[in-house]
Amino acid sequence: MENSQQQGKQSPIIYLRPSKGWLSIDFKELWRYRELIFFLTWRDIKVRYKQAVLGISWAVLQPLLTTLIFTVIFGILLKTPSQDLPYPLFSMSALLPWQLFSTALQRSSVSLVGNANLLTKIYFPRLAIPLSSVFAALVDFAVSFVVLLLVMAYYQYWPGWNILWLFPIVLLALLTALAVGLWLSALNVQYRDIQHMVPFLIQVWMYASPIVYPIETIPEGVWRSLYGLNPMVGVIQGFRWALLGGTPPDITMLISIIVVVVLLISGLYYFRRMEKTFADVV
Amino acid sequence: MSELAIRVENISKQYRIGLAQERPDTLRDLLMMGFRRFKHKLSRKGSGRYDDPGHIWALKDVSFEVERGQVLGIVGRNGAGKSTLLKILSRVTDPTEGYGEIHGRVGSLLEVGTGFHPELSGRENIYLNGAILGMRREEINRKFDEIVEFSEVGKFIDTPVKRFSSGMYLRLAFAVAAHLEPEILVVDEVLAVGDAEFQRKCLGKMNDVAQEGRTVLFVSHNMSAILRLTQETIVLDQGKIVLRAPTPEAVDHYLNMGLTKQGERFWTEEELGGKSDAFKPEALRVLNTDGKVVDTVNAAEGFSIEFEYQLTEAISGLRVGLYMMTTRGEYVFTTFDTDDPELYQEYSVRPAGHYISKCHIPPNLMNEGRFILGLNASVYRIRRYFQEDKALTFTVDVTGAPGTHWPEQRLGPVRPQFDWDIEHK
Repeated sequence: MENSQQQGKQSPIIYLRPSKGWLSIDFKELWRYRELIFFLTWRDIKVRYKQAVLGISWAVLQPLLTTLIFTVIFGILLKTPSQDLPYPLFSMSALLPWQLFSTALQRSSVSLVGNANLLTKIYFPRLAIPLSSVFAALVDFAVSFVVLLLVMAYYQYWPGWNILWLFPIVLLALLTALAVGLWLSALNVQYRDIQHMVPFLIQVWMYASPIVYPIETIPEGVWRSLYGLNPMVGVIQGFRWALLGGTPPDITMLISIIVVVVLLISGLYYFRRMEKTFADVV
Repeated sequence: MSELAIRVENISKQYRIGLAQERPDTLRDLLMMGFRRFKHKLSRKGSGRYDDPGHIWALKDVSFEVERGQVLGIVGRNGAGKSTLLKILSRVTDPTEGYGEIHGRVGSLLEVGTGFHPELSGRENIYLNGAILGMRREEINRKFDEIVEFSEVGKFIDTPVKRFSSGMYLRLAFAVAAHLEPEILVVDEVLAVGDAEFQRKCLGKMNDVAQEGRTVLFVSHNMSAILRLTQETIVLDQGKIVLRAPTPEAVDHYLNMGLTKQGERFWTEEELGGKSDAFKPEALRVLNTDGKVVDTVNAAEGFSIEFEYQLTEAISGLRVGLYMMTTRGEYVFTTFDTDDPELYQEYSVRPAGHYISKCHIPPNLMNEGRFILGLNASVYRIRRYFQEDKALTFTVDVTGAPGTHWPEQRLGPVRPQFDWDIEHK
């Protein structure tokens, strides 16, 4: 086996030591394991729609049905203002990034516990697990995005060049979900309270984001700035603007970005600190 | 060429155990504990954390080196720290103390089929499992046909594995793992599962791996497999290395370790519920041919089982019975101390007093495995004085038993020596 010997020469020495304190994040290693992240993502997607009669069409139905409910309750019955947009379009353009975020958050926060059998048997960068849950949510999003474009076409709305802003905005939504997901998934390994708390958290968070109502409902000034602490405010507002025009993102976007960066960096470090105990505790 | 593959120095691993209230599994517990710790800190400076009664050392100061191309066996009883050691070497968990270095890619077969998803097809699981075990996609593509062939699942490859028989599932899982090409392979009890034919195949594959000059760490309870596959073996006991020696010597040491902690069972007054019965069980023991109490007996040598009890009054027609069961709950045999008509006559009435009924199990009867002893003391069709279905468990080792030159597991709970004739015509 001259082949394996060659590999042996190249392979680095692995050191075993007690883990102490905060560890730096090994992005190189994460990159080496990119195929694993790909396969875990792929597994999540595959498994989710296996043995469901409607399969991937659930990714179409979910936002459509929610939009319908919101339109009836908030648009028709409560007559919520909608920035002069048709209410279905108004709420659906917010629901998409929201569902991307909430699916990613929900799945990533239980991801470590759900993969306990892997954690206790095999070594790989633990970050791969919440990361792949977040990526898996992106596939649903892509499918429902096509539906949104069709709904827009129905209402005769055509996106302009601003649509390119969607890329950084969607990235921000993913990073927000990842940041919170890192914290919650690591906490959930030890405290299963988290998984009971997450649905509630998501519900509250939804009403704290401009999905069913326009951002103008919140008084400007201090309140609006406080509101901007919720990164999903910037995401949703930006998403709507990039597609449909209307109120462009303002200072709240900047606050959102800062909040996400802080959450993400702290989440990464907390995760890294805890990951060495996952196998013993989970 | 004496290149180093593994070197560990004073590796120790501590686990938290038991003491339910010490483990904050919910937030409420955490808050409560934080409060108690705070009080504790106020009252006593410094942390005696490591010698806490709620902690145990699963491994303590383990040091050893393995050269490249060596096949090293690791033996030890349950809880001796074997799995912990393998987990540390495969980086699943970190040592609490100590240092180690590993030269090369480690592949572990800690449990075949890890990461298999029942909903996915065989094909999909090969890719998923391969990725989990650290193979590149291109590598899996290259070996795909070989894997399928080895696993013998053939035309079912596109069926979800939840529809597989357990044998097929296992074969596929092992096939993926076996085609990993790490420089260091860590194997834990893969051979404990599967039918004899499959086990033979696994052992063959492991032999190949060893022949190719790769380093293998092999943990097993199967002494024949250890003897066959390894030249040198480490004996672990209570988290420490008690011996590292050429395999035959190490296996011998392991089998003769003062295993008196088990192999014996006492009954206390509380256990009997204070019933003032005429029959009082006292002790049950498994003895080797030297008359020592042991947890592991050698089938080739034979062994005995003795039951000690007290009669507070005379009982006529008493018989003391012994049941042998496999851990899967199948009975191997039932025997009574007065099966022999002579003894039956002699002990038609047993006066009050102290008794030992001892059953001699002949050499070459039992097959390897873990067995359960059940007890019964009764007067036929009149009264049952005592019954306990799981009084004691013990292990049978088959080193030197018939046919152990083939290091495979034999089916069935018994492994007798039969007379065979071979005619050549």
